[in-house]
Amino acid sequence: MAASSRAQVLDLYRVMLRESGKFTSYNYRTYAIRRIREAFRENKNVKDSAQIQMLVNKAKRNLEIIRRQLNMKIPCQIGFASNVSM
Amino acid sequence: MLWRAACRVATRIAGPSPPRRGLRLRGLDQSPHPPGFSDVVPPTEETVFRPLYMDVQATTPMDPRVLDAMLPYLINYYGNPHSRTHSYGWESEAAVEHARQQVASLIGSDPREIIFTSGATESNNIAIKGVARFYKLRKKHVITTQTEHKCVLDSCRSLEAEGFKVTYLPVQKNGIIDLKDLEAAIQPDTSLVSVMTVNNEIGVRQPIEDIGRICSSRKVYFHTDAAQGVGKIPLNVNDMKIDLMSISGHKIYGPKGVGAIYIRRRPRVRVEAVQSGGGQERGMRSGTVPTPLVVGMGAACELAQEEMENDHKRISLLAERLVEKIMSNLPDVVMNGDPVQHYPGCINLSFAYVEGESLLMALKDVALSSGSACTSASLEPSYVLRAIGTDEDLAHSSIRFGIGRFTTEEEVDYTAEKCIYHVKRLREMSPLWEMVQDGIDLKTIKWTQH
Repeated sequence: MAASSRAQVLDLYRVMLRESGKFTSYNYRTYAIRRIREAFRENKNVKDSAQIQMLVNKAKRNLEIIRRQLNMKIPCQIGFASNVSM
Repeated sequence: MLWRAACRVATRIAGPSPPRRGLRLRGLDQSPHPPGFSDVVPPTEETVFRPLYMDVQATTPMDPRVLDAMLPYLINYYGNPHSRTHSYGWESEAAVEHARQQVASLIGSDPREIIFTSGATESNNIAIKGVARFYKLRKKHVITTQTEHKCVLDSCRSLEAEGFKVTYLPVQKNGIIDLKDLEAAIQPDTSLVSVMTVNNEIGVRQPIEDIGRICSSRKVYFHTDAAQGVGKIPLNVNDMKIDLMSISGHKIYGPKGVGAIYIRRRPRVRVEAVQSGGGQERGMRSGTVPTPLVVGMGAACELAQEEMENDHKRISLLAERLVEKIMSNLPDVVMNGDPVQHYPGCINLSFAYVEGESLLMALKDVALSSGSACTSASLEPSYVLRAIGTDEDLAHSSIRFGIGRFTTEEEVDYTAEKCIYHVKRLREMSPLWEMVQDGIDLKTIKWTQH
């Protein structure tokens, strides 16, 4: 596999942030966006191509995780909790 | 240039601004449909505002990566890990062993020393009752502290009913035990010392390394309930000379209903099994190991190891922010527990001249608690606060703020603002506050005539 180019990494970053923005839960959404930004920023200056590839694969796995969770469409309200009022 | 443009695009499409947490729980399904199985599909959008979650000591939300690790074992890979004759069993067992390795590497132990249980309560029961009963012929003394979790105190109470002697060590004003008290309490017939690593109500960190050193020099087993500390502060069972450790899954962003106990093999700690059965988990905890839960716990431990430093730094900043905001805007606020030997994510503040329950009810759009979840149903002030010597009135006005991996700066700011507003409002209504403002010393007041 050809080493990931700068454009591919940036593309991955964009896609990850876009998908993370779709989380319906406030806490998960903000955590995902913040963590992705931090992780990409932290590894901005990595030069070793093997390490870059490893990080890119890790990011792709996390993107898969985000996509799977979003596809599940878990309802935010559950029936018996609607009796709770404050 | 391209980087900045990408960032701009990313922030613009990063979803709608987070919904302002409102007081309303309106928008609920008012129709007479029976809950749960109606023909109305429940909405997937967050149309109802739910309170901010600031009670991470009670439980934590599950990390999405943990849920993802668990899913295959809930759906397709459903085998019993103890089935030896087919691949369903083998793959399930492989997953359990992998999770065991993940938990072991977080605390620096060997995987064979990890036993999976149903939670830290069961682990505490196994540690205390199991060790005490195994050595009961010659050793009948157990030492613990007054600020332990209810399950430890209750296990000790049941041991007392069986004829053991238990010493409950007092804590100093800052919540930490005095090591000299511990050394004086250890007798020739002491089998176990149990001290929790991080307290769940006030967040103090006990000096585990020193206690471990004392216990190993006096040849006494050392058990620590590390449910609130594992994955949040670095723990190593060999450096800290810990013989038994309780771990809870749902305190480190894992699933509820699973925990683990670390039982040292070199030198071997013998434990009498509390639960009898088919001899699973080395005979110490019989019963089918719940593969999905255990896999979730393993994933949570691995994540905790990766994210520990990052999380700790962030949580410390947020905690400082919360405390600084509240204390600089409100007089007469006391932080319970030692400020230095402290895990930053658990902040227990006492607001003088304000009743704790009324403040909790006023802060209804923030999920908080005034003590541990197990004692939240009773009206008594927490025994932990009583043990550290808090005045009765301050003990009633304490609130515990929990900050975790998913807590945001906005949530902390909102909580601080609301807290300041409501404390000021409640103090305005309080006659005690009026008297204090007039310069009257409340301790000189005679409340009754006789």
